Amino acid sequence: MAIQVSNSEVAAKPTPQEQRQAYLNGLLATVQAAVSATLPLTDLREPAAAIAQEHGFPDSRQENWRFTNLNAMLSIPFRASTNLADVDAEALAGVIAPEALIQLVFVNGQFSAELSNLDALPQGLVAGSLVTLQGDLQEKLGARLGKSAGHGVFTALNTAGFQDASVVWVSRNCAVEAPVQIVNWSVSPDGATMSQPRCLVVAEAGSALTLVEDFTGAAESHFTNSVTEIWVDDNAEVNHVRLQREGSDTFHIGKTAVTQGRDSRYTCMPITLGAQLSRHNLEITQTGPQTETTLQGLSAIAGHQLADTHSVVALNHPHGIVNQQHKCIVDDHAHTVFNGKMWVPRAAQQTDASQLNRNLLLSNKGRVDTKPELDIVADNVKCAHGATVSQLDANEVFYLQSRGISAEQAQQLLIYGFAMEIIDAIPIVSIRETLTQVINAWTR
Amino acid sequence: MINENSNIILSVQNLRANVDGTEILKGINLEVKAGEVHAIMGLNGSGKSTFSKVLAGHPDYEVTGGEIVFKGQDISELEPHERATAGIFLAFQYPLAIPGVSNRDFLRVAFNAHRKARDEEELDVFDFDDLIEEKLDVVKMDAAFLDRSVNEGFSGGEKKRNEILQMALLEPTLAILDETDSGLDIDALKTVAGGVNQLTNPNNAVVMITHYQRLLNYIVPDFVHVVADGRIITTGGKELAERLEAEGYEDILAEHTVAA
Repeated sequence: MAIQVSNSEVAAKPTPQEQRQAYLNGLLATVQAAVSATLPLTDLREPAAAIAQEHGFPDSRQENWRFTNLNAMLSIPFRASTNLADVDAEALAGVIAPEALIQLVFVNGQFSAELSNLDALPQGLVAGSLVTLQGDLQEKLGARLGKSAGHGVFTALNTAGFQDASVVWVSRNCAVEAPVQIVNWSVSPDGATMSQPRCLVVAEAGSALTLVEDFTGAAESHFTNSVTEIWVDDNAEVNHVRLQREGSDTFHIGKTAVTQGRDSRYTCMPITLGAQLSRHNLEITQTGPQTETTLQGLSAIAGHQLADTHSVVALNHPHGIVNQQHKCIVDDHAHTVFNGKMWVPRAAQQTDASQLNRNLLLSNKGRVDTKPELDIVADNVKCAHGATVSQLDANEVFYLQSRGISAEQAQQLLIYGFAMEIIDAIPIVSIRETLTQVINAWTR
Repeated sequence: MINENSNIILSVQNLRANVDGTEILKGINLEVKAGEVHAIMGLNGSGKSTFSKVLAGHPDYEVTGGEIVFKGQDISELEPHERATAGIFLAFQYPLAIPGVSNRDFLRVAFNAHRKARDEEELDVFDFDDLIEEKLDVVKMDAAFLDRSVNEGFSGGEKKRNEILQMALLEPTLAILDETDSGLDIDALKTVAGGVNQLTNPNNAVVMITHYQRLLNYIVPDFVHVVADGRIITTGGKELAERLEAEGYEDILAEHTVAA
């Protein structure tokens, strides 16, 4: 009798693990239902769904998710939508970089031909959405899309159910002079909405591209789960600015997976300002010798925001170069997480790698978790890493005050200086100006 | 230059100050008139650098007694930036680096803070650039310095020249030079001293804090004060500095400690 009661209780109240599994199944069902049957590459979908289920929905007992607790999502039934939502044209105009050659605009992961601007496509550059680009490229796409995205439940979830993808393909030896901008706009017009932006960038051998990827929007209660695959082939160069300035009720989980060929140069500038909770998984694989990777990021958050940056750089060839600096400004109750892995196996002799994570804590309620992880097997390498957490330096404030600058303005100037080291490196003037304004408005 | 009829710029009466509960200044008295150059000398730990920081309003120091009257106003309660815009300038012994902020922006923000305090219109970027290029000559600085981050990667001499450039720009009534000579080679010392000499006039005053007499060969003081244990124990002319250089501090300290 007693056993029966106990059984019925178990049936009525699922375990936390069952809850997470059910939640993940719900997400998988909604994104799979939203996929159009006419989209190519259908063979990616089912295996990805299986991988997602194998991983399960993360729980904070997993090392990889220790500091970033996703439980707040579990009570929100996010649903994918197949309707192309309306976008406030004025708000969209505010994020367009005038220097950009073309703009690809996606709304909740769906391509908007109307809002995009592809008039100035030069010779050697193909850009558009997966849906509109079918045909010639299909075979070439098949060899790249989904082939380097790496693992993880959210990557698999995206692959199982992305509705469209932005494609930027630069042909051999073509240097695209002006930046290409991809705007991923998120909106939730009919309750908690989920979107899965997907992007494929291929810079063929000897080519050069500057890419601006913008995640933005005015969404209330939104879940953005993005995957961007970038191929930087032999001797090619890609400069990538990744702006995450989503609405304050957004959960943002984004993957940037980069495969670099020999002698290639890739720079990523991830700037994180938005979302209530964000996680950026930045994964770089160097697949040839003498490959250079530069990662220069900034997370600047306040209120109750959380911004998590997880980077992995895998070197496996001689003469690889990695320069990584990630800075965080943490105000109010905000919380930043940085985890930087570098793999330097035996084959990666003569590696020159450095990693620095610097955190500026502006309030005594903020929190910073930082963890460098260098795994070095090769014995003839230069690898440096460091992490600092500091507050505004009282002596620096006094120095500025002694020149007639008020304490408040002095603090602002120091925050500005901290951020500008990263912002100044962004090669697009309008974005630099926008970010400078954001930082200047940071009052204590 | 001593002129009995000049206005009193600074009057310090029986100034006492603590840091972390320890009394460092134990009753300093000093009067500085317009046009005068004062040197304050003393051994390490005598309180001479503390005195300069207290005048500038450093928050780590607590004034426990006495008064600081600057141009007729008691400034003990003023914030550091208010003292600065009132006309007090402290050239730091160890100027701080401010990464990410260009020297040009820093100087403009500081200059405009002074303009604002005088109810004058702020200078725009272009007018300011003209002004600052002019001032560079005072310390023989290259314009390239303006576009580097404040003091970041500057040599010792470059940092000190940058301090005097700020002084040239802000035109203080009272310039306090805290060990401006320390760590300088002779050429840099001459440049820095030459800059200070160009900036002195009958309406302003200089107080130099120094350990060595060497600087005083280039910026000649009207008064030399010797500080020991938080007090000025004796005052003389420039010959006092020469005697200190020749004999060391020991005898003079002994004479005046006995006298006290």
